[in-house]
Amino acid sequence: MNELLLNYLPVIIFIGLSAVIGLALLVAPFLIAVKNPDPEKVSAYECGFDAFDDARMKFDVRFYLVAILFIIFDLEVAFLFPWAVAFKSVGWFGFWAMMVFLGVLTIGFIYEWRKGALEWD
Amino acid sequence: MSSDLTSFVALAPAYPELLLAIGAIILLMMGVFSNEKTGNTMIVGVAIGLLAVTAVLVAIHPAEGVLFNGAFIQDGFARFMKVLVLTGSAFALVLSVSTASDHNLNKFEYPVLVILASLGMLMMISANDLISLYIGLELQSLSLYVIAAFKRDSGRATEAGLKYFVLGALSSGMLLYGASMVYGFTGQTQLDEIAKVISLGEPSLGLIVGLVFLLAGLAFKISAVPFHMWTPDVYEGVPTPVTAFFASAPKVAAMALFIRVVFDTFEPIAKDWQQIVIFVSIASMVLAAFAAIGQKKLKRLIAYSSIGHVGFALVGLSAGSQTGVEGVSIYMAIYLTMTIGLFACILALRTDQGYVEDISDLAGIAQTRPFIASGIAIIMFSLIGLPPLAGFFAKWEVFLAAVEAQLFVLAVIGVLASAISAFYYLRVVRTMFFDEPNHQFIKTPNELNVVIALTAALIVTYGLTVGGFLKDVAGIAAGSLF
Amino acid sequence: MTLEIAFFYLFAATAILSAVMVISSRNPVHSVMFLILAFVNGAGIFMLAGAEFLALLLIVVYVGAVMVLFLFVVMMLDVDFAQLRQGFLQYAPLGAMVGGILLIELIMVAGSFLVAPEVAGSSVVPFVEGMSNTEALGNVLYTRYVYLFEAAGLILLVAMIGAIVLTLRHKPHAKRQDIAAQVGRKREDAVEVVSVESGKGI
Repeated sequence: MNELLLNYLPVIIFIGLSAVIGLALLVAPFLIAVKNPDPEKVSAYECGFDAFDDARMKFDVRFYLVAILFIIFDLEVAFLFPWAVAFKSVGWFGFWAMMVFLGVLTIGFIYEWRKGALEWD
Repeated sequence: MSSDLTSFVALAPAYPELLLAIGAIILLMMGVFSNEKTGNTMIVGVAIGLLAVTAVLVAIHPAEGVLFNGAFIQDGFARFMKVLVLTGSAFALVLSVSTASDHNLNKFEYPVLVILASLGMLMMISANDLISLYIGLELQSLSLYVIAAFKRDSGRATEAGLKYFVLGALSSGMLLYGASMVYGFTGQTQLDEIAKVISLGEPSLGLIVGLVFLLAGLAFKISAVPFHMWTPDVYEGVPTPVTAFFASAPKVAAMALFIRVVFDTFEPIAKDWQQIVIFVSIASMVLAAFAAIGQKKLKRLIAYSSIGHVGFALVGLSAGSQTGVEGVSIYMAIYLTMTIGLFACILALRTDQGYVEDISDLAGIAQTRPFIASGIAIIMFSLIGLPPLAGFFAKWEVFLAAVEAQLFVLAVIGVLASAISAFYYLRVVRTMFFDEPNHQFIKTPNELNVVIALTAALIVTYGLTVGGFLKDVAGIAAGSLF
Repeated sequence: MTLEIAFFYLFAATAILSAVMVISSRNPVHSVMFLILAFVNGAGIFMLAGAEFLALLLIVVYVGAVMVLFLFVVMMLDVDFAQLRQGFLQYAPLGAMVGGILLIELIMVAGSFLVAPEVAGSSVVPFVEGMSNTEALGNVLYTRYVYLFEAAGLILLVAMIGAIVLTLRHKPHAKRQDIAAQVGRKREDAVEVVSVESGKGI
């Protein structure tokens, strides 16, 4: 196994360990807990009433706007990682390339601020 | 590892793109910091000016060459197509000046998005690498998706926008899949380098599959049969000034990209793509000629007409020769003129209730609005390809190239399709001249009258005035590809 | 080496299975969850191929952001999903046919997939031994591919404009705080001292 993958061995072990613990906690009640189901016990309980409607309600479209603006800046940040790592070798040219990129997105940021997209209503 | 850019002057071939990008950003800031009522008209004006200045810059600025380690190329062909695209975008904005508010397009983002879309088109035309091809295409498409759904309170426009988006995303996916196959089987992304690898040996099956997917994705963008199904719905659903834009500039850009990909990259396996182009061309011409006959909506008719014209333009491409590329270049220039003129006429016909939509709404306008009726008639005759109008010369050039390349069957089918298509164009003319008028139209804005007069004059006097010049320029453009 | 192969098949099999579950599960929220699982496994495959940066990017951007967006979209739609899916089986034969044709094509391509040794060697950007994946990417992205990088910035700008143009609506009468106006308010603007003679009124 090569060097790179060996670096991630602790992560794999960690995932394995958490999977085992999580599964154990999930499975154990099925095996050892006392089960005595009854229609009243397993039905949904909402302050003594029957459930009014579906638990899934319609979300506002504004959540979508917030999420998509988040994704855009998330991507912007993703571009910063290799830049930071290779900062020494890309030189001034690479530095200004990133500044232009950030400048374009800052323009976008000013635009959305002025449009009031960052306010809830 | 390093870039080939040493100074700002080294960027000279890309000045037009730089100008558009900076202009779009400045316009966006102007728009967001200005008063909503007075700002919009000013920004549309500045945007038209910007596109016009860029077109002039492309035309007179002689810097050509390859930039950014081969990702970007500026040559005679790119310059010719860029001038067409910028002219088309500028006129599409001119058509929206006084009609925007009727179509809910009167926001400053509209001209900004048109400029960004045009920038994407310039990048497509100048793409010399599979990655820059895709990036340019995405910049253009993403802007167009937003523009299509711009009238967001109208169910029809949003539906058209969604349809355009889903099918456009599908075609981008196919294009990307094809591009990755081509990269996988050649190990290169730069178009001319790919050509070198291909010419070394027998093309592998994987490369052919890549080529087919790439061409299918591009055929979507130029709306050629069998990838045309989005066109009528989108053209009908989006506001008319947007349809004018969609039918003009993006088609030219996609066609330019198509030409560059097949000639720059796949020249060594010309036999393989020629079959595809010939099939697509015949299918487009024939299907459009028959499908348009039954249409009642004006914009659907134009959509089918544009599908047919893409088919005619591809006749020239099928020839696979320099004359063919010259023919397609001329065809696109003339098609652009006719499209802009036709949409100017449609937008000029406005009643109290709204704009004309059905062909029957045009009844008798020869009596009520003789100027516009004659404009439409000239453009329709030109679309059929009757001499001595411009449309005749366009078809003449592409059919000539096909005959030169011994593609007689294709040329004959083209002429027949042209004759069938005359039927539906003439039906519109008959409705205008021989039916009783049923609408009262309100006054036409001046700039639309100017556009109609200009395009009609160009079409009528084509052989005497611009024809020779256009042929020379297109010759130079096509020459730079070979 | 065998462990690597075992992990590859684990990731690949889980990715394909969860992809199938994405389109076949009835509840769209479950579909999104399976899509997340597919992405995580895709990241695992990237990692095995040595593309460390892409693997983590897939987790950060797709799992962290795009999937949240998908969940919002699913929650935003007021559609009776059980009803929507009834038509699914109706189209299944057609879909299976198209999928089958694509599969045959893929197999044909894979059958002829003789990756020429010269292709592997003729990479556009030479691979430097001992350089991390992220650094290698950074070295070319901001210099050799600067044009594409800046163009990507413009695409993000278009996405921003598009999202705002298409979805932003302000309530017409929403009251917002304007701090500048609030602080800049003077006593004279707000209070007026009026001396009223008794019995006259204002």
